Amino acid sequence: MTASALSFRETVGADRARVSLEPVRTAPRRGLAVTARRLVKAFDGGEPVIRGLDLHIPAGQFVAVVGRSGCGKSTLLRLVLGLEAPSEGRIALDGAGRADGATRRIMFQEPRLLPWARVVDNVAVGLGREGSRAARRERAASVLAEVGLAAKAGDWPATLSGGQRQRVALARALVSRPALLALDEPLGALDALTRIEMQAMIERIWQDQGFTAILVTHDVGEAVAMADRILVVEEGAVSLDVAVDVPRPRRRGDPDLAALEGRILDRLLAAQA
Amino acid sequence: MANSLAIGGPDAPRRARALPRPDARRLLPWVLPVTVVVGWQAAASFGLVSTRFMPAPLDVARTGWQSAQTGELWTNLAVSFLRALAGFLIGGGIGLSLGLINGLSRLSEALTDTTLQMVRNVPHLSLIPLVILWFGIDEGAKLFLVALGVFFPIYANTLHGIRSVDPQLIEMGRVYGMDRRTLFWRVVLPGALPSIFVGLRYGLGIMWLTLIVAETISATSGLGYMAMQAREFMLVDVVVLAILIYAGLGKVADSLTRLLERTCLAWNPAYRNV
Repeated sequence: MTASALSFRETVGADRARVSLEPVRTAPRRGLAVTARRLVKAFDGGEPVIRGLDLHIPAGQFVAVVGRSGCGKSTLLRLVLGLEAPSEGRIALDGAGRADGATRRIMFQEPRLLPWARVVDNVAVGLGREGSRAARRERAASVLAEVGLAAKAGDWPATLSGGQRQRVALARALVSRPALLALDEPLGALDALTRIEMQAMIERIWQDQGFTAILVTHDVGEAVAMADRILVVEEGAVSLDVAVDVPRPRRRGDPDLAALEGRILDRLLAAQA
Repeated sequence: MANSLAIGGPDAPRRARALPRPDARRLLPWVLPVTVVVGWQAAASFGLVSTRFMPAPLDVARTGWQSAQTGELWTNLAVSFLRALAGFLIGGGIGLSLGLINGLSRLSEALTDTTLQMVRNVPHLSLIPLVILWFGIDEGAKLFLVALGVFFPIYANTLHGIRSVDPQLIEMGRVYGMDRRTLFWRVVLPGALPSIFVGLRYGLGIMWLTLIVAETISATSGLGYMAMQAREFMLVDVVVLAILIYAGLGKVADSLTRLLERTCLAWNPAYRNV
């Protein structure tokens, strides 16, 4: 995958950012690479939300996208997932897996579990209609064990706590072994401690499975803690592209991370002024 | 939220233990009705109420027993029950289908909903003179009225149920690759079910009401007819018996619905019996 002229270099605040094209990890890669060229998206002839965005995400990278509300980061995620078609430009997915629906999954801000389906059946939703019902349930149960909820398989979602529901949603997203996982502020509604646990869990599973992860978040601290690379999106384009060269496992309160977080926050706040 | 700290930890106890002496609690709702009946019997026995206008409970029970023995009660009961059931199935079936179709198709809703809302504002019992002109006092008249009465609550609540399914869940279903069919059976219909049940219960209430009125006014059999005939001969105990049977049937229908709700909506904390 050359994807030459990786045009995001041009948009980088090159003076300050350390750009790294190589994924930091060495785990076997089975992710999708994402390449967007001159991407434009406008809704119903209005002002474009995404304006000429260029981007390349190598397979297996963990990318965090931060930006103010309305900067277009969620639209970018929907374009990558194929839920919206670009108005102009193109977006290409490339990697070991097939580029069909099951290889791209999203985790929403809300758990969005079916209240009338048992936990295990909610996870099995991620498998669609492949295989027999029993086989799907078995797969779902094994993924539930991975997120530490094996004991809750037969329960109704209404009996779970917020953090547990979000873990079920994570299992649902992962059960089809996606090559790309989009996370649309999935931890925004959780309390601080549950959130830290979930971050660690997502990071661990990502390291095991090697999918490409795109995390949209408002929380810059979360972004620097989890991602290989951080994209700051402003007015529909990438305005800053920073690699996070801090080895994993990362310690909370690491001075390098704190410094990076400060820089990105400065940038976001400066954009406002 | 604090207990979710222990990932995969031991489960918290599910729910508080049942209250002590469950038998006593189960009897509690019956205290009031039993008191009323006993008081009523006492009042009749001591001559405080004239049995000409209000027969004693024991007399009513005796009448019921006799009428059951001759088979007259069962015939009338069966006739009324079949009318109610047929009318309910016809009206409810049409209401459910139209509610589903209009909930899923904007075109169909645009075509029919305004008309249906206008017709809904006509009290269906006001059609009785017209219906008698059309159908005479045949079965058709009763079926038509019951079906019409049952139709609207079921239609309106089904439509409302489908419209109020969480759009975020529908989006989730689409994103996770469900086709229209799967989406309907796994997301839309279960989401609309609580509301459909509300319609069902309203519909059952209207079903009895309509049937009683229709049978009282124009019939040659059935419970309503039995009551009307008894009135002509001043058989107050039969009149009261008919009223009590109606109440009993209503209660049975309601209990069946509750049972159905508890099985179908077990996922919903609002319907879980603690």
